[in-house]
Amino acid sequence: MAVDMGMNILVVDDYKTMLRILRNLLRQLNFTNIDEATDGTMALEKLREKDFGLVVSDWNMEPMTGIQLLREVRGDDKLKGIPFVMITAESKSENVIAAKEAGVSNYIVKPFNAETLKSKLVSVLGEF
Amino acid sequence: MPGDKIGSALGHQLDELRDRHGDTIKVSEISGVVESLLSTVRNELEAADKELFGELEALAQYIQTAKTEIAALCPDEVNKQFLPTAGDELDAIIEATAEATNAIMDATEIVEGVLDGLDGPAKEKLMEATTKIYEACGFQDITGQRITRIVQALKEIENKVGALVEAFGNEIKKHEALQPDKDEEKGGRPIDDADLLNGPQSKKNAKSQDEIDALLASFD
Repeated sequence: MAVDMGMNILVVDDYKTMLRILRNLLRQLNFTNIDEATDGTMALEKLREKDFGLVVSDWNMEPMTGIQLLREVRGDDKLKGIPFVMITAESKSENVIAAKEAGVSNYIVKPFNAETLKSKLVSVLGEF
Repeated sequence: MPGDKIGSALGHQLDELRDRHGDTIKVSEISGVVESLLSTVRNELEAADKELFGELEALAQYIQTAKTEIAALCPDEVNKQFLPTAGDELDAIIEATAEATNAIMDATEIVEGVLDGLDGPAKEKLMEATTKIYEACGFQDITGQRITRIVQALKEIENKVGALVEAFGNEIKKHEALQPDKDEEKGGRPIDDADLLNGPQSKKNAKSQDEIDALLASFD
């Protein structure tokens, strides 16, 4: 099935610069509807307000971290099917294992490039 | 046990006093009796605890030396001046790199906007270049996170040094009182080149170009 390039994508990061970088890179990949949140709590509110086809989230945020957000998403019957990609500087094995156990769809380590972003999104969403 | 020895010696002494004076002692003789009792206690303590006293004295001397040395490190100055300044400088780095990164992205987005009206290999090449710029801008996030961790570590050190200052407060005040006032010391001599090397100023302290122009104009 073709990827809906108009689906809502939620980018979550407490660094406004990173939000802007991700928004621009996703736009260059031809995604058109990109929303933002600066922490897990705000992200969860937005996820419950409208339908999203993908969440791209940082890990290290306050008050709700990326892993907490992931667990909330996977524990919510309405949200648990949304693909969730973690983009973070946390690169220890235990982080990756914890994210996998929590149900992450893919994991990108910062700093990353556009090619890595695209390949991980393709593995989660399918070719686009 | 020293206590047992003292108890036994005192008991003996009291028996002797009772033999000599009976159960009542004249007021004029109380001083002599007390002195005699104290002398017994002192002698017994000296004999039994000489080594212990020696060790306690050495320990007290060690603590006093440590307090003096810690006071000489001026932990109060470290906490009030150096650590907060270091924290402010690091915060300023985060702010400056964020501003620069956003300015770079502003310009890149303008370039992208112009690219929308173009076609062919040139467009493709320039689009690739803008992608590279966005990727490179990720440095601000990484350096920002690293610097934030350093700021947190400095705050932790500040708390520890604060506890040290509180514990050694009197010693530090004594040491400070003996030191010459740095501002006075500086004020007493002409400004030299080293005084003029302060690096970038924080935004709240920095003079604007207008203020500098006005200052220069004031010499005319």
